[in-house]
Amino acid sequence: MNKTPSKLPSLASLGPLIALVIASIFFSIQSDRFLTTQNFSLILQQVMVVGVIAIGQTLVILTAGIDLSCGMVMALGSIVMTKFAADYGLSAPVAIACGIAATALFGLINGLLVTRLKLPPFIVTLGTLNIAFACTQLYSHAQTITKIPDGMNYLGYTLKIGDTAIAYGAMLMLVLYVLIWLWLRETAPGRHVYAVGNSPEATRLAGISTDKVLLSVYVLAGVFYGIASMLSVARTGAGDPNGGQTENLDAITAVVLGGTSLFGGRGIILGSLVGALIVGVFRNGLTLIGVSSVYQIMVTGVLVILAVATDQMSHKGAR
Amino acid sequence: MSAQHQIVMQAKGLVKRYGQVTALDGTDFELRAGEILAVIGDNGAGKSSLIKCLSGATIPDEGEIQLDGKVIHFRSPIDARRAGIETVYQELAVAPAMTISENLFLGRELLRPGFLGNMLRMIDKKKMLAESIARMNDLKVGIRSMTQAVETLSGGQRQCVAVGRAAAFAQHVVIMDEPTAALGVKEGNMVLELIRRVRDKGLPVVLISHNMPHVFEIADRIHVARLGKRGCVLNPKAISMADTVAVMTGAIRPDELPASCLAH
Repeated sequence: MNKTPSKLPSLASLGPLIALVIASIFFSIQSDRFLTTQNFSLILQQVMVVGVIAIGQTLVILTAGIDLSCGMVMALGSIVMTKFAADYGLSAPVAIACGIAATALFGLINGLLVTRLKLPPFIVTLGTLNIAFACTQLYSHAQTITKIPDGMNYLGYTLKIGDTAIAYGAMLMLVLYVLIWLWLRETAPGRHVYAVGNSPEATRLAGISTDKVLLSVYVLAGVFYGIASMLSVARTGAGDPNGGQTENLDAITAVVLGGTSLFGGRGIILGSLVGALIVGVFRNGLTLIGVSSVYQIMVTGVLVILAVATDQMSHKGAR
Repeated sequence: MSAQHQIVMQAKGLVKRYGQVTALDGTDFELRAGEILAVIGDNGAGKSSLIKCLSGATIPDEGEIQLDGKVIHFRSPIDARRAGIETVYQELAVAPAMTISENLFLGRELLRPGFLGNMLRMIDKKKMLAESIARMNDLKVGIRSMTQAVETLSGGQRQCVAVGRAAAFAQHVVIMDEPTAALGVKEGNMVLELIRRVRDKGLPVVLISHNMPHVFEIADRIHVARLGKRGCVLNPKAISMADTVAVMTGAIRPDELPASCLAH
């Protein structure tokens, strides 16, 4: 009675993992520098920002929404935290908290527009994408902020385990994934996120406030973008007003590649981690074999369309 | 008054206006213990407004509703549910990708004891599963595994899950809005069978339906809504389907019927 097929990972949920392995095999044949521990810790480090943005993005997509503003909000957060530290001499933790508050505020705005005015998330976040970008440029005067307290670099430092060096930020990313995975799986509010994406009507009729669920998801997503800002600052050692541009699409690509359905209510958040790794492996591998970055962008575009097409087709099968 | 005629839910003189339109024009309603009461009526007769008032989905402008002899004022479906009234909606009411067990407990998950449940709101999946199995077995709903996603079920089985959920949690009344409308013959019968078992367990059922054969197969009494009022209450054992439809559409006035056709 307890053992049922649904508890075993289905082939569909293993798909992203298989794709990651195939891509890794391909690049290790193409370049002998790919399959080294140094390169893997580099990939993890490159992936940590997109990976954490993808956590927030997954939450939003699970509710059948989408957040196009994620990368730009992340960039704004990194400017706020570095500039607060540089201009007002705030300590690293306080400045970081201010940056996360700013990204959470954007999440709140997105959430309020979606729940109160019933606007489609696509349009709302397309708007806030541009607003966040403009705020970033105005506030930073389009200048990179490099004068930051040392504490802000900490998460970019690495921990040596044998000859593998893993950034603290990458470890934080992994911990966050496990925590949010458990939250979505094991708690009532987590299950309500799935329920809202699955059938808002049934959820409402079951006596759950779908607006509350949606609002908290958008705010939580904002918090994760803020954590990603912190990781971005730690990795680059600066607040970059032009950051977040590739991360925006990369994060959505990661979520979709990871098997979370754009129709909402289906997917496992750990898949987004695999998706982020796939994007990271492609970028890293293509760089190693000397493919220019323009083609990398093209590959990301192809990947996201492939993933959405797979989602669409498997969805038809389920109906 | 015999135990059989004990009134569980009653409404007197309900009025509901939407702008210029009077949807309910002083309708009465009476549901007795242990019965299946069908509510039928032409479009615009006030059938759905009545049901919405009873299930808390709308608040009547005038009139009163009593449950077990006490006057009640529902502000939302949640109030009605707290009072022990569960409603099954036509479709929409299940989350397809979630398991049967999760659907049964959606919005009232069983939490783990202590800190894990109170603070972290962690759900007790094992207990929910065991309860689901017990409750569905109790209603003889033949579904093999409660951990399968609802979308793997047929339409009839899905509706059985929705009916089962209502029956499992209702303390007083189960209201069903067209529960067999989207189903084929076999599947429809499966749901009818389940509704009968719900009644036999002692829960009175209010059944809104357009499907006359289903109404006649299962109802103990038929409430005919007409022009925002209760036209009459019919005895399905004494009246033909054709006459019932005639009363519903106004081709026959209730007072033209032989007294034996009316339910007492």
